Amino acid sequence: MHRLLLRTRHYLHRFGGWVVGRWRRSLQLRVVSSTLLGSGIVVLVLGLVVLDQIADGLLTSQRKAAVAETTAGVEYAQSQLSSLGGAEDRELQLTLLNIGRFLSDRGGSGGLYNVVIQPSTGELERVAPADVEIMIPADLRDMVARRLEQGYAYANEPAPDGQVVPSLIVGAPVSTGAGLFELYYVFPLRTEAETISLIQRTLLTTGLLLVVLLAGLAALVTRQVVTPVRLAARTAERLAAGLLQERMAVHGEDDLAKLATSFNDMAASLQRQIVRLEELSRLQRRFTSDVSHELRTPLTTVRMAADVLHAARADFAPEVARSAELLEDEVERFESLLNDLLEISRYDAGFAILDAEPTDVRALLRRVVDALQPVADRYDTDLVVRLPGEPVIAEVDPRRVERVLRNLIGNALEHGEGRPVEVTLALGTDAVSVTVRDHGIGLRRGEPAMVFDRFWRADPSRARRTGGTGLGLSISLEDARLHGGWLQAGGAPGGGAQFQLTLPLRTGQPLSESPLPLGPGDDGSVVSDVRPMPSAGGQRA
Amino acid sequence: MKGRVLVVDDDAALAEMLGIVLRGEGFAPSHVADGEHALAAFRDTKPDIVLLDLMLPGMSGLDVCRAIRAESGIPIVMLTAKSDTIDIVLGLESGADDYVVKPFKPKELVARVRARLRRSENDVPENLSVGEIHIDVLGHQVVRGAEQIALTPLEFDLLVALARKPRQVFTREVLLEQVWGYRHAADTRLVNVHVQRLRAKVERDPEHPEVVLTVRGVGYKAGSP
Repeated sequence: MHRLLLRTRHYLHRFGGWVVGRWRRSLQLRVVSSTLLGSGIVVLVLGLVVLDQIADGLLTSQRKAAVAETTAGVEYAQSQLSSLGGAEDRELQLTLLNIGRFLSDRGGSGGLYNVVIQPSTGELERVAPADVEIMIPADLRDMVARRLEQGYAYANEPAPDGQVVPSLIVGAPVSTGAGLFELYYVFPLRTEAETISLIQRTLLTTGLLLVVLLAGLAALVTRQVVTPVRLAARTAERLAAGLLQERMAVHGEDDLAKLATSFNDMAASLQRQIVRLEELSRLQRRFTSDVSHELRTPLTTVRMAADVLHAARADFAPEVARSAELLEDEVERFESLLNDLLEISRYDAGFAILDAEPTDVRALLRRVVDALQPVADRYDTDLVVRLPGEPVIAEVDPRRVERVLRNLIGNALEHGEGRPVEVTLALGTDAVSVTVRDHGIGLRRGEPAMVFDRFWRADPSRARRTGGTGLGLSISLEDARLHGGWLQAGGAPGGGAQFQLTLPLRTGQPLSESPLPLGPGDDGSVVSDVRPMPSAGGQRA
Repeated sequence: MKGRVLVVDDDAALAEMLGIVLRGEGFAPSHVADGEHALAAFRDTKPDIVLLDLMLPGMSGLDVCRAIRAESGIPIVMLTAKSDTIDIVLGLESGADDYVVKPFKPKELVARVRARLRRSENDVPENLSVGEIHIDVLGHQVVRGAEQIALTPLEFDLLVALARKPRQVFTREVLLEQVWGYRHAADTRLVNVHVQRLRAKVERDPEHPEVVLTVRGVGYKAGSP
């Protein structure tokens, strides 16, 4: 029972919700409903007033006729009764009967009314039609018998033909020497009642028709307005979805046509802007591509020449040999700078494309670590790698992920001051995460937020000594974002730094949390700042 | 090994520098500066390998690549300044075996050239089969029934590598190392494009391959023998 109640309430609630929703969404529904309500009230009031007026008019004339009839009857009765002696006259009862018959017959053969003579005193019997039972309302009797006034009342009474119909009863006292009599005329109001009920029905029908007509009219009018508005909304949606050719049809010269025209103007202007921006962006990409080609070809020649010189430097004088070495090194730096700049400009132009494919991230990480092992040996640093036992398959762009990991591990080796660098790979339900932790100089407060800035360096004086273009982490961050992933940095002064790359297992899947904590490592240092990276999938809370 | 190398590049300085480096490594380079003369030069010099710049005046590098490929299966290594996937894939699809992105290290280029010129010095007759495909390794012949299938040496190497170990799944990295001679490389585009090209030649329906099967997330393996 309780459950049923609950369920009913639930459905009612849902239905209510649906109605409210419809109400809020549909202008047409609102207009039609208010028209329906307003016109309904107006028609009802009007109908009641009209009905009242007509009924009043009909009954007033009838009452006047009835009163005149009654007055005449009273006069007749008085004249008949005054000829009799006292109250004890034996003729009295008979006379009353005669008066009653006479007055009734005056109503005509059709029997327009019944007459009742009620003696107020004495033992006389009341004179009334024998075939029907007429009840005089107590109020009227009170008025006539006690206050001796003429009066009238309405009640359902039997008509001369026996049917019970609404009737007008007029009563008047007849005061004679033989005592006080009450004379009542019962006029059946059959015609009037029928007329009124006919009028009632007519009014009701016309009222309802009027209301429905008005509602229909309102629906039609709002439809004329709402349809173009809905059309405009739909067109706007299609425009927003990228269908820039979408336009509204313009009919006539009214306000709606003006709306359509303005809308189309807006769409055309938008389209022009977008096409212009697309063109600009295409030019930008073209430029980047051209610059790339134009710079790379001579750089290749320079690079090869430098290499040849470098290889032959043993045969040169010491200054020339050193020059060849410097040339070789700087050409290499120039090359990585060019590559990084081109990559960043590709991101800035919005032309970085994700070539995602199912990739074993574990194998990829192993490869990066193997490739960087000589660097670790040069820094005399232990590279500690923790990998899961199973392959870790994720939909990623292997070249980009490899670049990010090479960059993160390379940075850790460079800033690790010879202490071990730990690389951890972990698999979560919807994400894969790689953490690179060093135990070097670490990051000062606020620095984790700055490491991703272009050309930022932890220590400007170190800039010359260490390699790198200063763009590596910026590009890594863009690479992570392109995957819909995060690249986060943490660390404390003297406590080392930690970088964590988190990528969704499937492309386009939003990330909820990383399988690894971005926290202090084994030495208990505090993460001074964590920078959550906004990703394509949304900002991390 | 004295290899004849045809360099097709419009940049005179780079071409000259390439000549110096290649001669230094014991190759015999020749040079042609534009696409229109590339095919004639190719027919004249009969090189062992072509180094082809993709951006050429006259005929585009891609067209030159296709034209050479139509006549011969000899190795083509493209030199490209564009490292975007679309450019790389376009080049590979028009028939290049390998590519080097400018600016490259001379050693890297030489390694690529050597890898492409190195043929298996295997004299033992060896016959392999995958599905309906039969491979005569020594004779460099691939047939389906009576029908001869013409593969480039690289496609042939790829097919042989897979067919030699029929049940083994090869990751793209392993294939890169075995077929292209790369180490520590993750360039899956090379493998993917060449597998597509190989399939187009050996499969009855490349959409439903039976010879070279994809193992999702891992790599490729040969179909049942």
